[in-house]
Amino acid sequence: MIETTSAVLKIDHLVTQFRTENGYFTAVNGLTLNIGKGRILGLVGESGSGKSVTSLSIMRLLPESSARIAEGTMTFLGKDLVRLPSRQMQELRGHDISMIFQEPGTSLNPVYKVGSQVAEVLLLHQQATSGNVMQRVIELFHEVGIPHPAERIHSYPHEMSGGQKQRVMIAMALACNPQLLIADEPTTALDVTIQAQILGLIRKLQQTRQMSVLFITHDLGVIAEIADDVAVMYRGKLVEQGPIEEIFTNPQHPYTRGLLACRPTLESQKKRLNTVADFMDVVENQATGEYTIVPKHAHSERMVLAEKNARDRLFSPRSEVISLGYDVSAIPENRFIPEGTKPLLSVRDLQVYYPVRTGFLRRVTGHIKAVDGISFNVYRGQTLGLVGESGCGKTTTGRALMRLISFTGGEFDFNGIPWSQLSERNLRPHRRKLQIVFQDPYASLNPRMTVEAHLTEAMAVHQLGASKNDRRDMAAQLLVEVGLKEEHLPRYPHEFSGGQRQRICIARALAVEPEFIICDESVSALDVSVQAQVLNLLKDLQEKRGLTYIFISHDLSVVKFMSDMIAVMNQGRLVEYGPSELIYADPRDEYTRRLISAIPQVSEEKLRQRIAAGNKETAL
Amino acid sequence: MATYIFRRLLLMIPTLFGILVLSFIVIKSTPGDPASGRFGGAAAAQGGMNAERGTEDAEKAFRKNFKLDEPLYVQFFWFVGRIFRGEMIYYTKQGSIWPDLIPAMKITLMINSIVFLLVYLLAIPMGIFSATAPHSTGDRIMTLTLFVLYSLPSFWVAEMLRLGVLESNLGLPVSGLQSPNADRLSLLPWLWDYTLHLVLPILCMTYASLAYISRQMRAGMLEVVRQDYIRTAKAKGCSPARVIWVHALRNSLFPIITLFASLLPALIGGSVIIEYIFNIPGMGKLTIDSVFSREYDMILVTMMLSAVLTLLGILISDIMYVLVDPRVSFESKN
Repeated sequence: MIETTSAVLKIDHLVTQFRTENGYFTAVNGLTLNIGKGRILGLVGESGSGKSVTSLSIMRLLPESSARIAEGTMTFLGKDLVRLPSRQMQELRGHDISMIFQEPGTSLNPVYKVGSQVAEVLLLHQQATSGNVMQRVIELFHEVGIPHPAERIHSYPHEMSGGQKQRVMIAMALACNPQLLIADEPTTALDVTIQAQILGLIRKLQQTRQMSVLFITHDLGVIAEIADDVAVMYRGKLVEQGPIEEIFTNPQHPYTRGLLACRPTLESQKKRLNTVADFMDVVENQATGEYTIVPKHAHSERMVLAEKNARDRLFSPRSEVISLGYDVSAIPENRFIPEGTKPLLSVRDLQVYYPVRTGFLRRVTGHIKAVDGISFNVYRGQTLGLVGESGCGKTTTGRALMRLISFTGGEFDFNGIPWSQLSERNLRPHRRKLQIVFQDPYASLNPRMTVEAHLTEAMAVHQLGASKNDRRDMAAQLLVEVGLKEEHLPRYPHEFSGGQRQRICIARALAVEPEFIICDESVSALDVSVQAQVLNLLKDLQEKRGLTYIFISHDLSVVKFMSDMIAVMNQGRLVEYGPSELIYADPRDEYTRRLISAIPQVSEEKLRQRIAAGNKETAL
Repeated sequence: MATYIFRRLLLMIPTLFGILVLSFIVIKSTPGDPASGRFGGAAAAQGGMNAERGTEDAEKAFRKNFKLDEPLYVQFFWFVGRIFRGEMIYYTKQGSIWPDLIPAMKITLMINSIVFLLVYLLAIPMGIFSATAPHSTGDRIMTLTLFVLYSLPSFWVAEMLRLGVLESNLGLPVSGLQSPNADRLSLLPWLWDYTLHLVLPILCMTYASLAYISRQMRAGMLEVVRQDYIRTAKAKGCSPARVIWVHALRNSLFPIITLFASLLPALIGGSVIIEYIFNIPGMGKLTIDSVFSREYDMILVTMMLSAVLTLLGILISDIMYVLVDPRVSFESKN
């Protein structure tokens, strides 16, 4: 157990509630937690589990008009934060407890220079005078690893990258040497290589300053990289807590076990992912709103069946893979698409340039090459994974192939049709064959349209189904196929959770009976446990309907789970293109290697190494 | 910045030319012209009355002189030529329009500038007050009052105020800009007299825009206080006042800067009616009188002036945008 004697913060039976139309909704329900001095506590849970509400309760930053701390105490250095007058709380914030947030892009004030935003904390808490404050800011910028700190203090947030902005946030949080740093999903919005750097930085600063950190995340991989202790939250309650080795090697609660099992990993060869539902059932009592968790046996029949029946990875024709420079002599013939098969989608030298205009006459003086001459083939029934960091051009590629945006050069054929050359008018009757599922299920459904309207609109456009009733029946079948129910048809998007909405988006794409679906970061906005369900669904649908996918993601482990072939994109170009397993086993490009090594790993061996290294550093 | 402004000013030229062409066509397509106004019109000419009095020749000469019977494009270029030479005239009185127009323009610009300042100076704190305590009693009262004000048509309010002030003997002047004895007053009493005359017209012109802009300010502020960087400011230990005045205010100005461009022409349009009701010798009154007597030059010049003001308003709001928001640069604004 965690030592309680040296705890910096002791949370005892915290209850935080939100006012709703039908009384109070309890977001945090009797949370008891200790954060030890000089330790990093990882708080894990899915969205809605109450982990962010916990952090905002500690900071007392919840909106007073709609939220209240109903019960409990939070003892921080002998003071109860729940009952502290707001004036004293204000002095504590930024000085003794500080916080960094998920979105570095929106967490900095866009109209002030970053240097002055950091200086503000020092001035507010009288840690510096206006004379020497900028010198202190430059030192802080240096400490958090911002290059050229003396110049960078004069930058505005929009002039910095996401990782740099998060470093500014960290500098701001650490300016007054706080006892406790609360980091609320600080790396979720960042690219995986930047995430690795930021995690390393937080770890290093924590050790040099011996401060305590409450690190909140939904990603167990990140926890494994950084935390000393772990607490798992589910629906406002703490379900399990303990030192990290214990949680990862011997999880007690079925929810924790489910969370650990549902992450796609780079090593795993699984054809389907576990979900939390394989480990537990939740029995709800409708009258009281209470629920009980019933544990299940870990290896469900579903998993066994899926592993046995699901198809193996399907590579492009042997000659094509060999021409890409891979030695595939050891792989059996049935894993390849037969020679001579025509690709369903064939892309040659696709370019998407955006003009840069400067000067008095707004002349085009250069181009931003979002997509800079990429070529690939996708065969029927295959999944091509398109992976890369933000800004690499992967989304632009997807949209250009959909002909949603115009492209500068190159050609692409779809099913023998010169897709890139069709006029908008001639394209329209064919459009249904190529569909897209977007990233954000909240923004990509029209809030004023029912599920039925979403599903049947495109059917009517393409004259699928004989009558309105006919289309309604088809829509109902689709909902069942994606794991929803017929009675959901007349409902509106806001009545569904994120995962359910993404299922609706998938059903909408399927409604027009496409042959090809582009999944553009389609699971990135979802919780890990929901992500596993949606990934399984996509694979099931592919096998059942013979669909072909381009799966676009920044997450190499997800792409590897989904894809037969992988294309790695960097700065608009394909730096590596080949069979998914071979790319992972033997990356040839430096960029791919960096991408792979930056992915947080959950392995006991790595965990032990990290803890040993950490202890050594602490001892020094 | 200078390059940007210069480019924008150059771009105004084609816009203004387009406006000029359109206004010219609209005015020319209204029935009647200065000649018919002066010599009794078509009905009188057909009845042969003018022929008997010998005015038919005079009308012919008048029409020839002002090219009223020439094709439209000839008239247009004749007019454009005179604009560049500054020879804008009254057709009937045969004199230059500038001695009437310039003082009227000064009055209208002064009144509108005062209204403009008042609207923004009052709307910003009112909006902030409403937004910092949304749905409080104060906010509800203010919302209701502003809503009622916004719904009242200004010509009706102006007339009611004028009657009310006359009835109640408040001593507030309701007509013109100066008392009859203004020439004999020394500076301070004269200024006081002038100010009193301005109270009612400015009140009538201010309230509706004030209601609108302060609502926008409230909405903008409510949007901003929900942003992540406001949470960051609180997490730093900023006081509630500092959060609002330092971190939220500058960001919440964007929507009302955008409104700046549309408020200017709306105000000038609105001042036409108010100037008429309070008998103020401004541009509005001058324009209406000219429309009735078909003084083409005067109508077109006042129209062009408001077009220029509108375009300048848009330019000013764009420049302010760049000054307030570092994310917008002159380079990227196109």
